[in-house]
Amino acid sequence: MSDARLSGPPPAPSRRWSWTDPKLRSSVIQIVLALILIWLAWSFYANAQSNLTRLGIASGFGFLDNRAGFAISQTLIPYNENMSYGRAFMVGLLNTLLVAFLGIVLATIIGFLMGVARLSKNVVIKALASAYVEITRNLPPLFQILFWYLAVLSTLPGPRQSWGFGIQPVLGAIGSGLSGIGLGFLGGPLSAFAASLAAPSVFVNNRGLVVPRPIFEDGSMAILYALIVAVVASIAIGLWAKKRREATGKPFPVFWTGLALVILLPLAASAAAGFPVTVEKPELRGFNFVGGLRVIPEFVSLLLALSIYTGGFIAEIVRSGIMAVSKGQTEAAHSLGLRTGPTLRLVVIPQAMRVIVPPLTSQYLNLTKNSSLGVAVGYPDLFAVFAGSTLNQTGQAIEIIAVTMAVYLTISIVTSTIMGWYNKRVALVER
Amino acid sequence: MTDTTASLPPGRSAPVKPFVSASLREPEPAPVSTRGPVRWVRAHLVGSVPQVLLTLFGIWLVYATVPPLIKFFIVDAVWTGTSRDACLAEKLGRPVGACWPFVWAKLDQLIYGFYPAAERWRVNVVYWLGALLLLPLLIQKLPYKRLNAIAFFGVFPVAAFVLLTGGDLDLQRFLLGNLGFGALFPAPAAKSGLSIAFWLDFVASTVLVTAIVYGISRFLSGAEGARSAAKTTLTVFAVLAVVLFVVDVPLGLPQVETRLWGGLLVTLVIAVTGITVSLPFGILLALGRRSSLPLVKAASIIFIEFWRGVPLITVLFFATYMLPLFLPGRFTIDGLLRALVGVALFASAYMAEVVRGGLQAIPKGQYEGAMAVGLRPSLMMRLVVLPQALKLVIPGIVNNFIGLFKDTTLVLIVSIFDLLGAMRAAFTDPNWASPTTLFTGFGFAGIVYFVFCFGMSRYSMALEKRLDRAQRH
Repeated sequence: MSDARLSGPPPAPSRRWSWTDPKLRSSVIQIVLALILIWLAWSFYANAQSNLTRLGIASGFGFLDNRAGFAISQTLIPYNENMSYGRAFMVGLLNTLLVAFLGIVLATIIGFLMGVARLSKNVVIKALASAYVEITRNLPPLFQILFWYLAVLSTLPGPRQSWGFGIQPVLGAIGSGLSGIGLGFLGGPLSAFAASLAAPSVFVNNRGLVVPRPIFEDGSMAILYALIVAVVASIAIGLWAKKRREATGKPFPVFWTGLALVILLPLAASAAAGFPVTVEKPELRGFNFVGGLRVIPEFVSLLLALSIYTGGFIAEIVRSGIMAVSKGQTEAAHSLGLRTGPTLRLVVIPQAMRVIVPPLTSQYLNLTKNSSLGVAVGYPDLFAVFAGSTLNQTGQAIEIIAVTMAVYLTISIVTSTIMGWYNKRVALVER
Repeated sequence: MTDTTASLPPGRSAPVKPFVSASLREPEPAPVSTRGPVRWVRAHLVGSVPQVLLTLFGIWLVYATVPPLIKFFIVDAVWTGTSRDACLAEKLGRPVGACWPFVWAKLDQLIYGFYPAAERWRVNVVYWLGALLLLPLLIQKLPYKRLNAIAFFGVFPVAAFVLLTGGDLDLQRFLLGNLGFGALFPAPAAKSGLSIAFWLDFVASTVLVTAIVYGISRFLSGAEGARSAAKTTLTVFAVLAVVLFVVDVPLGLPQVETRLWGGLLVTLVIAVTGITVSLPFGILLALGRRSSLPLVKAASIIFIEFWRGVPLITVLFFATYMLPLFLPGRFTIDGLLRALVGVALFASAYMAEVVRGGLQAIPKGQYEGAMAVGLRPSLMMRLVVLPQALKLVIPGIVNNFIGLFKDTTLVLIVSIFDLLGAMRAAFTDPNWASPTTLFTGFGFAGIVYFVFCFGMSRYSMALEKRLDRAQRH
């Protein structure tokens, strides 16, 4: 039984070109895709050229050197309307970074607190934390920003009726309260004592938060240097303590030493330089405050909304991260004699961080991206200054929106790279 | 014993002596019961001093927030009235809480925007149709899921489009006409109704495209493959013909421009369009990202990561101000449509990542099994991998939808009035300016958003639990 088909050479393919040939198919698909992409890019380019000519819009980045001509309500670097669009861009970028950074710090604190509270044995605390998480996560961030701005901050009293914060009004209020309920012998002296104190220096009104402004005179740099030295020394002590603990098992109070260094060293430097930092207190003159540092309500509402909204999401991430650490770990730590605090700090949280870090990164990125919503209340962030005012005045939509997107993309990529590096450090090393 | 001591680390000095008990130990008493109300209170409320303080703090917080809210929104609230006078404390002579008449007066505007009052029944029909088609889709036990999905994701959008806009698009040119062969179909342009030129163009384009597809696939994979390819092409064109006919045929409904739309209508239109469009594109992008073809993979990754890396508002600005510059000058795109394009691009990128998660969760054995029974890659995806992967990611899709629903508020920055935008516009009405109007409005909008988002998130959680159980077998 010899079958020619089995014994002979394999039959030659009947067709040179076959769609079932994976190599050919993949090249055809990729060539078609490349052609489509090239055609799209070319037609976008050609259309943009003809549209720009037709509408008389300039192109290129020359506009960045032109005079901006608009004022910005919050500037971290010196700026006035005679400066260029490029300068305005930098002001906006710094404002975005400021609100994003503070928002991330606040949201992390809120999130960790609420996440731990949701796991509390105490049912009241647990229910409150759950209510917080459900309410904040299910209301749109823009809704929350507008709520804080329109419904809360703009209904505060005007500058002349500002709420003052300081020890004096609190004591004064307690004093008059005591007098009111018939304890005049206690309340009278308290009120008198309060009146002898300095007037409040922190004010809240519908134009924002007014706080004293520090003024750095000659010799202030010594304090900064002292602070840097203290931080470096704390890190060095931490490394040394870790080495010693691994070698001998003896613990060292790194946290308290570091804290003492960071507080005392700059204080000592300040004393040595003759206290070069003075404080300029805000004063009510006419209808508004003069002096001091004013935090605009747009910033406050944006920061509040972003950190409260993102804090709700971080709470859920923290909760699921802690729950992902098996109960045996806690029990083993307890049976080794660790108390609740060290168990959390040394056993549970390091393991939970592995689960927490990746989603935490995307929440940080979301917060940074959501900071662009400040435009709805007029917070002068990158988006409002550049894609808002600058786009309105120059009309160069392509360049401006491309640059704005590029900046946010860069922030995203840098943040995720940093967090990726951190994640690699805490990730489980598998054999 | 000495060598053991020597090998110990420097910190430990003496070795521990083994201890063996000489006698049996007394049995320990039974653990203290944790049942019963008293024990429960002790364990959950007042176990220790910090516990007591926490409990007191929590109770104080509840006391400080809940009764004032109830007082404001219910007890002190004003329920009827025709203008701001009804909500002023000095006119009423009592403390005034929420000003509900303000919401009643603006309710139409919040639900329909400025949609003409005579045509609002069309919006209502769309709402009801959507709800009737969506509910059975969400209830797992009901049958005909496939038909239902086609009805909701395929038929409903077309019907809603015709009802909401009025249809009757006056289509004039199809493929050939737009490619510069318009002169071939010289029929007089119809002002209203079906244009003969368009449909002649459509038939000619269909024949031409099918012929090209047939020719290429005949060259590549023989007569049989060519026939099936031609059949697929014809089916696509037939479906397209039905859709185009429905949006083109004059039904006698008055046209309603999209700038009159507003409120909840816009919120739902954007969210539902976003999710419907992003589903197919997201699946394609997710498959592209896992493709072995380098160019396809790179293009998908760049597309996905680009849109995910920028804020939605820049995407909306891109669609509103930049996209029109990229299109031929004769196209003028409707404002709402521009926002929809932006939302669709954005949502597709996020959907792609959700679907990719599902694709990665399918064990390799499924792929290998499908290949072993001789399925082509396309069939393997369609029959084996995607059905399992999509089922896994339904909770993710619902979560995506919640995000999109919240993100629709952003369109108010490009001057489209969604629910929040309509509410903000209503605040500026001097006829209703009262000290409590703002809180009432935010309270109402907040309740609407919360009910939608919370309901959906609960649904997605229930679904996840169900899927978990199904996975474990």
